[in-house]
Amino acid sequence: MKKRKYSAKFKAVDAFLIACMILPILFGIMLYVMFTPESSGIEISGARIYFTLNTPVQPLPITESQVNSWIVIISVFFLCLYLTHGLSATNPTKRQHIVEWALEQTKKLVSDNMGEFFDEFAPFVAAIMMLSAFSSLITLVGLYPPTSDLNVVGGWALLVFVLITYYKFKCGAVHYLKSFAEPVAFLTPLNVISEFATPVSMAFRHYGNILSGSVISVLVAASLQELSKIIFGKLPGFLGSIPFLQIGLPAVLSIYFDVFSGLLQAFIFAMLTMLYISSGFPEEDYKAKLLKKSAVKANT
Amino acid sequence: MELAIGIILGCCALGAGMAMIAGIGPGIGEGNAVAKACEAIGRQPESRSAVTTTMLMGCAVAETTGLYALVIAILLIFLAPGRLVNILVETMNTLG
Repeated sequence: MKKRKYSAKFKAVDAFLIACMILPILFGIMLYVMFTPESSGIEISGARIYFTLNTPVQPLPITESQVNSWIVIISVFFLCLYLTHGLSATNPTKRQHIVEWALEQTKKLVSDNMGEFFDEFAPFVAAIMMLSAFSSLITLVGLYPPTSDLNVVGGWALLVFVLITYYKFKCGAVHYLKSFAEPVAFLTPLNVISEFATPVSMAFRHYGNILSGSVISVLVAASLQELSKIIFGKLPGFLGSIPFLQIGLPAVLSIYFDVFSGLLQAFIFAMLTMLYISSGFPEEDYKAKLLKKSAVKANT
Repeated sequence: MELAIGIILGCCALGAGMAMIAGIGPGIGEGNAVAKACEAIGRQPESRSAVTTTMLMGCAVAETTGLYALVIAILLIFLAPGRLVNILVETMNTLG
């Protein structure tokens, strides 16, 4: 296999795509620096409101989490374009191997968990997983993670809920309403409640995990600052003002709370999406209905 | 007035602390799940990856109740005191 030569145009497009990936993040950091008021201590706060749009119905605040999730969307979009740039069947590049591996893994995951009827769901599941993972990982550059805002994750959970209901409706409204009265009729209220608890629990699970991680990190960082002030505060000169204990320890916590927990929650969110959609869909009845329809068509 | 505000703040903090008692449940449940997963891997080491994924899923689902308690505790610490104090001040103003 001969080594592939890149033309100048190919390299230029590559550089442009990489720049488009990094520029939104720099823009986000700039906005964050511009809008953060100077404060001495460490504080726990929700998403900041950057500005408010005056719409006729009611003022629409544009918050930090919203802007950051747009940044993630743009960055991931250009990352995908970069990875799929220069695909070829005979002479694949390094990134093509990465893309093919990821594609195979996603397809395998979806077909293992959802069955063959839902094979075309792989792009959707991969999109949700990527968006969630990168939204949580954006804390590594110091930005506010959109996933620790209930509104963002609630929106995703609502989308999943609509999909679940759509696939439950595939056999008609009567079948859908009847499914609430199973296995016994007097369980109907409980079934209705558990139907609405699905998106709520999904949203709370993801948001609570990320938020609790950031709250614990902030608390540990603040307490280490105070502790080092007590222990090393008596040192002469500027040595007394350096928080020695804050070096290193918060980074270890960050590896668990930001990287591991974020990726795990992304995986779990995608996994639960697949499980809920495929378990809500009455596959046997749908197949029976299709058979009946084709039989009627054959008769007439 | 100061006494009332103090009682509000103290009770909010107490309530948040009590809400987090719910953390016991998920802790025990997840411990059980991981113990069983370890046993299963010990018995059948070749099924390691499948067991691990299933265990992580189960842990995440078991964690939900703990996270509900966490959300309530966070609301009680960051949101409730300000709101309750506002209500108190308003009622005091209307009463004169």
